[in-house]
Amino acid sequence: MAGKERNVKVRIDNVVKKFNTRKGEMIALNGVNLDIMENEFVSVVGPSGCGKSTLLNIIAGLSEATSGKVYCDGREVKGTGIDRGVVFQQYALFPWLTVKKNVEFGLEIKGMGKEEASETAMKYIKMVDLEDFANHYPKELSGGMKQRVAIARAYAVNPSVLLMDEPFGALDAQTRTQLQVELLHTWEKEKKTCFFITHDVDEAIILAQRVVIMSARPGRIKEIIDVNIPYPRNQETKLLQDYIEIKNYIWKQVYQEYLEVRK
Amino acid sequence: MKTNNDSKAIKDNGVSLINRIPRWLWLLFSLGTAVLLWTLLSINPNTARSFPNIIVVGDAIITMISRGVFFKDIISSLISVGAGFALGFIIALPVAVLMAWYKPVRNIIEPWIQFIRNIPPLAYVPLVVISAGVGRKPQIIVITIATFLTMAITIYQGVVNIDTTLIKAARVLGAKDRDIFLKVIVPASLPFIMTAVRLGSSVALTTLIAAESTGASAGLGMRIRALNNSFESAPMLLYIIIIGMIGMIIEKIIKVLERRLTGWQEKREM
Ligand SMILES: Nc1ncnc2c1ncn2[C@@H]1O[C@H](COP(=O)(O)OP(=O)(O)O)[C@@H](O)[C@H]1O
Ligand SMILES: [Mg+2]
Repeated sequence: MAGKERNVKVRIDNVVKKFNTRKGEMIALNGVNLDIMENEFVSVVGPSGCGKSTLLNIIAGLSEATSGKVYCDGREVKGTGIDRGVVFQQYALFPWLTVKKNVEFGLEIKGMGKEEASETAMKYIKMVDLEDFANHYPKELSGGMKQRVAIARAYAVNPSVLLMDEPFGALDAQTRTQLQVELLHTWEKEKKTCFFITHDVDEAIILAQRVVIMSARPGRIKEIIDVNIPYPRNQETKLLQDYIEIKNYIWKQVYQEYLEVRK
Repeated sequence: MKTNNDSKAIKDNGVSLINRIPRWLWLLFSLGTAVLLWTLLSINPNTARSFPNIIVVGDAIITMISRGVFFKDIISSLISVGAGFALGFIIALPVAVLMAWYKPVRNIIEPWIQFIRNIPPLAYVPLVVISAGVGRKPQIIVITIATFLTMAITIYQGVVNIDTTLIKAARVLGAKDRDIFLKVIVPASLPFIMTAVRLGSSVALTTLIAAESTGASAGLGMRIRALNNSFESAPMLLYIIIIGMIGMIIEKIIKVLERRLTGWQEKREM
């Protein structure tokens, strides 16, 4: 990406999040600062409980920071907005709606006409290769297919930022790899700013331009690693010397954090 | 149903004959055994007075029709049950949603419901009669109270347990409160509403005797009490069977409705 001028898409400015629990106040995020560039793919790794989901929820507007601010396109984030789409680990498809109706959900709320909504939905259902399942209910789909629908549904309303919280965490290794490839493919075609949480170091590196390592207690950013490996990437990318070095480094950092948490 | 048979087939694939018997034949067997047991009860001197045999009970239909009460009783009970259930449902739905959404409402109302729910309706019938008088009104009130309590709790528990990620998913797709209510809460609650309807209809029937002890002039429950005074066990048994049959028919109707409305659910069949 060198030489290209890029704007800050999402600015996370000194975000602190405290929860009131029965045991007293709990600091989930302790002053997080991060600038995510336009069309950038950032992934976030860190031990469980370090505040990854909390941060994502704040960017999405589903949760409010105790102090600090988040800006999207220079405007302060206050609540949810369709400029920021979210893909959840648990798919969160509406079980009473067919695949197509799920994808149309956001379009209908937007006030899009029936025909246009139907066309748009089909476009994104085709993008995730599910046109044969457009009229099926979620219960008839496998986990991988469900997550594809969720991705199509998020894409359909055309957000400029896509927030993903361990979207492939519940899938088997093979489906996971396949969806990673598909996601990269989509991202290269329809550039969006991606914020991708995972606990899989391989997944973090293969997808992202930058990997954010978080540490726990209290949650904060420990280090940010640039992944200077050109796209398109594929399974062979994992054999590159650069990749292996980055992977070993990040592994060490994450493992250290993991040990910290266990203490 | 299908999966049920399949799993059985896996368990005892040696006895494949049992799996080949169709459902209707099972029903026939079940009915046949019941009639056999009934006949045994009608022969046994210890139970014969309570269980006149099937032919005598069948004849009781003619007796009751000739007395001009048979259809009147059935229709009267259906009106009370239908009206009481409908009112109970109409009140339970908004109360349950309010309880789920507003903590103060829940904290105040839930203990009341739990308190009254365990009191047998027969106990408060006299109080209802004192204010509402005799006739149709107190019957409907008693059934309304009983069905409301059951349905409000059931629907409330359903609405409270709606998967919050669905609400989040709707919000990030641009849904406002109104959309969330109509497009997420309502459909997500539908399975619980159907369960409530099922429980409520059953409560409506089991409350019938209590409801019709309010000086009713007709009705299945009222008639059973009246026949009790003249020791006429044949028509009594007939009326009891009719109440049971009405219950089964209602259950079947609700099942069909349930399959139509909530077929999208992951798990089905109890
Ligand atoms: N609503 C909440 N109330 C209290 N504590 C919470 C809440 N949400 C998250 N936490 C706590 O904040 C910390 C960070 O949680 P989370 O962001 O889910 O971590 P991660 O996604 O990295 O696994 C955890 O210790 C968790 O227990
Ligand atoms: Mg998480």
